[in-house]
Amino acid sequence: MTEFKLMKGNEAMAEAAILAGCDAYFGYPITPQSEVLEYLAREMPKHNRIVMQAESEVASINMVYGAAGAGFRTMTSSSSPGISLMQEGISYIAGAELPCLIVNVNRAGPGLGTIQPGQGDYFQSTKGGGHGDYRMIVLAPASVQEMADFVYLGFDLAEKYRNPVLMLSDGAIGQMMEKVKFKPYTRPEVDKSGWATTGKPKTRKRNYITSLHILPEKMEEHNRHLEEKFKMIRENEVRFEEYNTEGAEYLFVAYGLSARICQKAMDMARQKGIKVGLLRPVTLYPYPYQRLNELAAQVKLMLSVELNSGQMVEDVRLAVNGKVPVEFYGRMGGMMPTPEEIVHHLETLIQYHHVN
Amino acid sequence: MSIDQHVLPGPEPVLNLPACHKEEDEYEMVYHKPATMVDTAMHYCPGCAHSLVHKLIMEVVEEMDIQEKTVGVAPVGCSVFAYDYMDIDMQEAAHGRACAVATGIKRLMPDKYVFTYQGDGDLAAIGIAETLHAVNRGENILIVFMNNAVYGMTSGQMAPTTLPGMHTTTSPDGRDVGYYGAPIKVSELLAVLPGSFYVTRQSVNNPNAVRRTKKALQNALKYQQLHKGTCLVEIIGNCPSNWKMTPVEAAKFIDEEMVKTFPLGDIKVPNAEDLKIF
Repeated sequence: MTEFKLMKGNEAMAEAAILAGCDAYFGYPITPQSEVLEYLAREMPKHNRIVMQAESEVASINMVYGAAGAGFRTMTSSSSPGISLMQEGISYIAGAELPCLIVNVNRAGPGLGTIQPGQGDYFQSTKGGGHGDYRMIVLAPASVQEMADFVYLGFDLAEKYRNPVLMLSDGAIGQMMEKVKFKPYTRPEVDKSGWATTGKPKTRKRNYITSLHILPEKMEEHNRHLEEKFKMIRENEVRFEEYNTEGAEYLFVAYGLSARICQKAMDMARQKGIKVGLLRPVTLYPYPYQRLNELAAQVKLMLSVELNSGQMVEDVRLAVNGKVPVEFYGRMGGMMPTPEEIVHHLETLIQYHHVN
Repeated sequence: MSIDQHVLPGPEPVLNLPACHKEEDEYEMVYHKPATMVDTAMHYCPGCAHSLVHKLIMEVVEEMDIQEKTVGVAPVGCSVFAYDYMDIDMQEAAHGRACAVATGIKRLMPDKYVFTYQGDGDLAAIGIAETLHAVNRGENILIVFMNNAVYGMTSGQMAPTTLPGMHTTTSPDGRDVGYYGAPIKVSELLAVLPGSFYVTRQSVNNPNAVRRTKKALQNALKYQQLHKGTCLVEIIGNCPSNWKMTPVEAAKFIDEEMVKTFPLGDIKVPNAEDLKIF
């Protein structure tokens, strides 16, 4: 029987990487996720895996590129400023269609910002980040358990679609301790022999990894191929969770840590007789536009709660397309909204919009 | 003007074969293009060193019979298409990141022969951090460093290795050392790191130099079997197009000017003890 353990989110994620068969981890220290590198520096050698502290995040993402291009299961993790440094490499990885897992333990910004948790990297994560037309599958854990689970899911999706997957966590989930259970995991068979650079036998053509397509016709062809892939991802990989949406008159929309706070706010509001539900996107790309659009036919008001100045709310508005008012409430800099604060804001909005 | 006007008038030329003419199968094969090269036309300019060095690397790969065990990393620069010419598995790295990419490959496949092929802008400017740290870790890779003192692909801007006073499109009055500093001597810089095992600077502007460069590449790939550290083969390349010279003038410029700043020869050689097994 698998037992529960009490672990930090960062450590649970690192342990899951080992259990998921991650061949190599490349990283660079940055608060609030240095535990990942520390944990793996201690544990990976015991499993004959590669762990390396690179000279920068620029180097670590390119080491990931090399190892992934050679067909290995590989990952890196960092926090916001470090993830910014990786954007070049991520764009190349997406262009060259290499599978890998990147974890961002989001801290507040911009710039050096603070080491406290934040959700200010939503745009960077879901709308591009690096240059050119590409998308990453973005998984948003809301618990230590999910930080572990999404390592398996992340690797599997990355290899299924030959695309980088980003786990967008935050400094609170990364640092807090919760119970976690490492579930049995069966790794899907993936054939990488058609593209991985393992050395060219006489019997096959050479494999080369590149994101370069200098001829306009070829570049557009590659763009269209990528777009087909992203379309498949949008059709097949939308994940979200709903709480109390049946008969709900109002809806919180929140991901990650904000969703945890909104759960408490929802319970408090319902005790007051306010019929509010919660939709928690689990994948931020692809985004649950369709379900939100359906819910817009049912609820009178949506409130997006985020640890930033209003980023995901733009996707909620896209989904709802003007059917009902979509409002935003956020705190920043590592400041957390209290459930009371959120309920109070909801009550004010209900009155303001005359939707009680 | 139509292209037809260039065709010379007159009868078909008569082929006067010498008396010693032999049929094709009667000739002795003294030279062939390595089978490890892709049979295609190259995009390089006439007189450019890249095509020659590509061929030398592939000759060594063929002679050592390590095609199946070799993975190359191409840079951003004129040789960005190296994988179109070398018939081996390759990865194309972001500008300057070849040594980090090679680290990722080599650490996972320590028994493969891994090399990067990088120009001076790629290696010595934007990628100096990745290069220096890879060498400092003693990554067991070969770095082929093509130094022609300019950014070739973007058409002749100043590089970190541009000679003092040398005219480029971004140093139109000549490189001002007081403003931009002196050219970086990468090989000398990296040779002082304990992680480097073999460091040499060669050229390919005359037949003897070509032979020496090939020998250096042979040594460097062979040394990878020792797992003793990084091998760096710097090659002073010629860039006639951006130097605004004929290929012959460019070859001469290397002997007369480039070697003053970048003297040719071995900079760090393994000690005899390390090479005992060969």
